[in-house]
Amino acid sequence: MSNYAYILWIPLLPLATFLVLGLFGRKYFKTFSGTIGTASLLASAVLSIVAAYQYFFVDGKVNGVYEKIIAFKYTWLAFSPNVSIDMGIIIDPISVMMLVVVTFVSLMVHLFSLGYMKGEERFATYYAFLSLFTFSMLGLVLSSNIFQVYVFWELVGVSSFLLIGYYFDKPSAVAASKKAFIVTRFADLGFLIGILLLGFYAGTLDIGILIQKLTNAASPEFTGMATASFLGVSALTWALTLVFMGGAGKSAMFPLHIWLPDAMEGPTPVSALIHAATMVVAGVYLVARLFPVFSMDASALNVVMYTGAFSALLAAVIACTQTDIKRVLAYSTMSQIGYMMFALGVSKYGGENGLGYMASMFHLFTHAFFKSLLFLGAGAVIHMVHSNEMGDMGGLRKLMPITHIAFLIACLAIAGIPPFAGFFSKEEILTAAFHSNKMIYGVALFTSALTAFYMFRLYYSIFWAKEAHVHDHHGEGTLTMKLPLIILAICAVGAGLVPFSSLITSDGAALETHVDMIFSIAPVTLAVIAILIATAFYKTQNDKPAKAAAAFGGLYRAAQHKFYMDELYIFITKKIIFPLIGQPIAWVDRNIVDGFMNLLANTTAKISALIKGFQSGKVQNYALYFFGGVAALAVVFIYLWK
Amino acid sequence: MNLSLLIIIPLITALVILFCNGLKQVRAVALTGSVVQLLMSVFLLSTYWQERTAGNKLPMLFEYNTTWFKSLHINYHIGVDGISIAMILLTASVVVAGILVSWTMEKLNKEFFFLLVLLSMGAYGFFISLDLFTLFFFLEVAVIPKFLLIGIWGSGKKEYSAMKLALMLMAGSALVFVGLLGVYYQTNTFDIMQISQMHIPLETQKLFFPFAFIGFGIFAALFPFHTWVPDGHASAPTAASMFLAGISMKLGGYGCLRVATFLMPDAAHAYSWIIILLATIAIIYGAFATMMQTDLKYINAYSSVSHCGFVILGIGMMTQTSINGAVLQMVSHGLMTALFFAAIGMIYSRTHTRMVAQLGGLLKVMPFISTVFVIAGLCSLGLPGFSGFVAEMTVFMGSWQNPDTWYRLATILSCASIVVTAVYILRAAGKTVMGPITNNEYLGLADATWNEKLAAGILIIGIVLIGVAPFLINQLIGPGTENIMQQVGKVVTLK
Amino acid sequence: MTGVPLTHILFVSTALFFIGMYGLFTRRNMITMLMSIELMLNSVNINFVAFNKYLFPDKLDGIFFTIFIITIAAAEAAVAIAIIINLYRSHQSIDVEDATEMKF
Repeated sequence: MSNYAYILWIPLLPLATFLVLGLFGRKYFKTFSGTIGTASLLASAVLSIVAAYQYFFVDGKVNGVYEKIIAFKYTWLAFSPNVSIDMGIIIDPISVMMLVVVTFVSLMVHLFSLGYMKGEERFATYYAFLSLFTFSMLGLVLSSNIFQVYVFWELVGVSSFLLIGYYFDKPSAVAASKKAFIVTRFADLGFLIGILLLGFYAGTLDIGILIQKLTNAASPEFTGMATASFLGVSALTWALTLVFMGGAGKSAMFPLHIWLPDAMEGPTPVSALIHAATMVVAGVYLVARLFPVFSMDASALNVVMYTGAFSALLAAVIACTQTDIKRVLAYSTMSQIGYMMFALGVSKYGGENGLGYMASMFHLFTHAFFKSLLFLGAGAVIHMVHSNEMGDMGGLRKLMPITHIAFLIACLAIAGIPPFAGFFSKEEILTAAFHSNKMIYGVALFTSALTAFYMFRLYYSIFWAKEAHVHDHHGEGTLTMKLPLIILAICAVGAGLVPFSSLITSDGAALETHVDMIFSIAPVTLAVIAILIATAFYKTQNDKPAKAAAAFGGLYRAAQHKFYMDELYIFITKKIIFPLIGQPIAWVDRNIVDGFMNLLANTTAKISALIKGFQSGKVQNYALYFFGGVAALAVVFIYLWK
Repeated sequence: MNLSLLIIIPLITALVILFCNGLKQVRAVALTGSVVQLLMSVFLLSTYWQERTAGNKLPMLFEYNTTWFKSLHINYHIGVDGISIAMILLTASVVVAGILVSWTMEKLNKEFFFLLVLLSMGAYGFFISLDLFTLFFFLEVAVIPKFLLIGIWGSGKKEYSAMKLALMLMAGSALVFVGLLGVYYQTNTFDIMQISQMHIPLETQKLFFPFAFIGFGIFAALFPFHTWVPDGHASAPTAASMFLAGISMKLGGYGCLRVATFLMPDAAHAYSWIIILLATIAIIYGAFATMMQTDLKYINAYSSVSHCGFVILGIGMMTQTSINGAVLQMVSHGLMTALFFAAIGMIYSRTHTRMVAQLGGLLKVMPFISTVFVIAGLCSLGLPGFSGFVAEMTVFMGSWQNPDTWYRLATILSCASIVVTAVYILRAAGKTVMGPITNNEYLGLADATWNEKLAAGILIIGIVLIGVAPFLINQLIGPGTENIMQQVGKVVTLK
Repeated sequence: MTGVPLTHILFVSTALFFIGMYGLFTRRNMITMLMSIELMLNSVNINFVAFNKYLFPDKLDGIFFTIFIITIAAAEAAVAIAIIINLYRSHQSIDVEDATEMKF
């Protein structure tokens, strides 16, 4: 449909910004680059909102169902007549929703960075990378081809790498960026193999055709895929699980989550954009994008569900013990994404059964606002205090009133207190879980309470606890830093009121939902209790937290050390892969393979050394050999030649 | 268009260099010659494009055939298809970049540039030959200069490396020659196009295919004959490393494809499991070996072993897509590795060390060179937007089309190398260009000069062009691979 | 002349040949070695002439070869002596043991 052609400009504008700033930014517009980046993103954001309006309220609905529209398609790399990587733009409810979320949050972050990153030497580079990221993320959400997803998936990964490593002279930042890239790369390997499997069995890489073929239980593609098995698991399950592995890597699901906390080494606005609101939900988006196929395979969905639930719980427990505010936020992100994941896992396709899907997308939507708000608030705090540690903060509510209020709103939102945004989406998730799997529901409920607890622990430690001892008088920051906080705070309050269930559902048809008051009593009460406990523990400094920590003993220490996952990975890489695989191979290459070549050369040299004595340089010896030879030949010819 | 010009221009350039005096004249002549050659290649591309769009369906274009040595049926037969044009463009870009990088070569500069140009002439001749004997002739022309380039201008244990490289490549040529003679005595002609029309009995093919394939495979770093690669590259001067990895390893890949597989397809099918086994080993093993290296040049050299494994893998899988991928990987790897060596050379000429442990934080002092280094690295680890991604993905997709379970397993293992690649590239980049500055002497170092920027620019343009618009090069090499597939198996015409 | 049988002549030529060979192997002086070579050549000449006379009296091939060899021997002597003179200039000696640069 050509009346969506302008959507092409939404990703292209950031790309152009990236090229301009990347190539010429350092030299020609060092200080302007922020303005350029923000302006171009503003244009993208406006276009996205126009697109959303057009799709949701003007012409997206056909017969009461939101249709998938392919706005643009170009064969980028053809492998065989049916299998090709196409660069396309797909327009459906979730892509339009993501479009709005990504451009909006990115715009806020661009705006915030104008003040936050002011005076940085690589200011232009920073904006170039931000634009690159935004371009890649937009490309990802608009992908109409699964390989196109992979293309942008990798680009998103590298922009994340570049931005985490922005402070490249800090060894910890470099290590974190490497870790993020390598861990997600490992996950991407799964994704790639999953794509290969899907592409082979379905005979296409186009998402629309893929879904069409694989959701029809009678189609030869589906039966082929469901019956072919490897190690007792069907090809379909393998493919989907592997694709999910890619998603789990980007979305920091257990056990591939270890990169996310370290990724906080990047500038804080970047964490807000990439590691909170957009890139990390790419995994959720991916599963949602292929959800019709996932819904055909219960085992793959179970994997999604259990991984999500376990990650949500694990991250929440760890978050309670961390002292670096960005790490707390990172673990809370992981926990919330776990929520979205298991919500998808408990869902089915179509109608009332698709509640989990809708809830997951809803949570993705609201989470983007309040989590980026939390990060930007944390950024403002860090900007003020010049530290990430809770211990260095406290009592900041008077110094930064706007940040304080915004942060409080975000905390209430994430804790699921009505009427803030998080409440609505979380309720839907809990409802969906309740109707599908009681154990998951229990985990979700407990995690929800934990979330409220650690968020308010964070809140009190930053803004209350003790008197502020910061005498740095650059205030709360510039207007460009305050404005995004205010806007996002409004969204964190209002986003829950969006009539989500009538816009974004698994099958495109509107879904009737209602928040059941009785049902929400349990989670809200638990959250309030958790907040009260946090208030008691952290509002003023006292020894209760230490006592509680002592009471939990081993669990507390384990959580503080992130359940030793990092150590495990380091053990595997440093103690197993490097010394047991890498070094032997390098040794074998130098000594056995190359040694064999050298041996050949040396043997040749030795043999020639042996026989070179004949070459004495003495003419008479030569003459002697000559006559000897003639005599020998004579004997041969006369006596032996018959 | 007269293809012989592609040989004549470098030849004239080389001869003129011999009559020059002083570095300034020599490098001016060399650069002019190579730029003219690059323009010629681009012109060749455009005329080729016109012919194809005009509907010319001949497998080879611009053919020229004349008798060279009648009694042995040796002809001077040249012609190009899309694959050769891609290779010629690659060669021309790498040559220009190589000459620009050696802009300030002081020692014996006349001889140095003479040999560089001579080497490139061998490569051009090789890529346009349609006669096995002339092909072999040019292959030899391209070998000898390498020995001298490393032996005279090299660093480290250069005599050892030069000797090792020359001996192993010569052994490769000898094997190739045996293979060629085998084909010749069966068909009584050296003409590739004629041979492809005949049917060589399976037994003969099975006898001579290994000679030809392993012979060319040695050039293309086929495991376990790859050991010349690390030493040769590490000791060679920058431009020679670029030529070596960028061009001469491609001679091998091209030979494996155009000679071994194209002329003896049945044997290629029969032996494909061995080829794939060796390629998979090279990919994985090369990647892990790279991870343990501490010298930047060794890192790139071992990674070349791993990356050239993809070329062999693509050829061994023998589906149209995988062969396409193999060709793409040759072009991509040529540009990327030349860029990598150029960046390493630039770093080395300033810091006088290539050890990763001694370097650090170069992004601060030389942003341009460091960026080039990172770009080369990202291309190497297959980032979309650069050529490496396109090539590797095409190989993977193509390999995957081969439905045998074991081949699938090989494909998955090869895919796994992308993780290891990420590890070693990021380790190298993270330590070298990022992190704190390790040596205060580095603070005073200058960034790239105009010639270095230009050299890097040419290669980066190539890399990005393929990475962003792969459909262009796909259309270019498509008819060529179709032609090969006609021999090897099933053909599919792409739109 | 008819009284001399072929074998007698062959004895002479064989003796001459081995004398030449002995000289070639034992003498260190290059001039002497050259002379020894001449002896060997001449023994061959004798063989040619003798066989021609006794086996194919109506043909002249053997005689031709002899003349040919004499010519070559002359040329060879000239070249050899030139080499020896050059060697003497560079080594101050015409002892064959002193000129062993050509070894491996």
